[in-house]
Amino acid sequence: MSSPIIDEINRQNLKDDLPEMHIGDTMKVHVRIKEGEKERVQVYAGTLIARDGSSATETITVRRISHGVGVERVFPLHSPYLAKIEIIASTHVRRAKLYYLRDRVGKKTRLREKIR
Amino acid sequence: MQGLLGIKRGMTQVYDDAGHRVAVTVLEAGPCVVTQVKTKECDGYEASQLGFIAQKAHRMTKPMLGHFAKAGADPHRCVAEFTSPDEAKAGDTVTVGMLEGVSYVDIAAKTKGRGFAGVLKRHDMKGGRMTHGGHSKRRPGSIGQCSYPANVAKGKRMPGHMGNVRVTCQNLRVVSIDPEKNLLLVCGAVPGPRGAVVEIRKALKKVGK
Repeated sequence: MSSPIIDEINRQNLKDDLPEMHIGDTMKVHVRIKEGEKERVQVYAGTLIARDGSSATETITVRRISHGVGVERVFPLHSPYLAKIEIIASTHVRRAKLYYLRDRVGKKTRLREKIR
Repeated sequence: MQGLLGIKRGMTQVYDDAGHRVAVTVLEAGPCVVTQVKTKECDGYEASQLGFIAQKAHRMTKPMLGHFAKAGADPHRCVAEFTSPDEAKAGDTVTVGMLEGVSYVDIAAKTKGRGFAGVLKRHDMKGGRMTHGGHSKRRPGSIGQCSYPANVAKGKRMPGHMGNVRVTCQNLRVVSIDPEKNLLLVCGAVPGPRGAVVEIRKALKKVGK
């Protein structure tokens, strides 16, 4: 449930330069990281396994295997810390949430790539 | 003026200057009209009465219409009193702009009514175990000892009516103010459902902040 007043506030916080993304996409997320005074951009690459929320509160969950350990990071889509999102490849998936990837290891984590 | 009335519109999140997410409650605050000025000589204390949400005259009682007419104000649905250190005149308008420069506010409103609630919901008790044949799943358990003292301690937390009481949330940080749209964004939650009329005051315990 939302009211026109809240929609208006949300609209001010929305980013308009986000690429069109779908569940299963392989993507690179550019994250701004503050280290003391300095600010740098870190790139986190992985598979988009979930989108949650809507409007200004929308988040994405990106999963990757890092040094043999599964890592999932949740990014607020409209956060100023999120500098850029690059879509590398789209895959053919039949679910809105790819949580089943958590139980899979190695070759079974592959997703069928969409031919564009 | 020490405060004003507003309507709770709902919650969302915004980003602060540092880029952090802040959960905010959106309040539509004011504009309110001063409908009566209470003075020490006449009423024994000093306060200003504010009216909020204009109401059609035929929906008001005649005594209330007379009260508003005396102040030269249009009829309003809600009235509440606020202390007012500065001079206020009947008929003055109070807007959310009065909170400019204020960092913290107290917000009072009636909470959502929960009806007759058990101890788990009402007092955050743990209850008994749900599995292994638990017979005391959501019960309060023992309420005291035996033949001595042979009574239940006063104030013992038990099931009963919950909610629908006036609650004040103190020291809520003001995130932003929009005087043009009469909007006030405060950090965190505020009692009451969406659409509830709330009383917004400058924070009592953060004077001058």
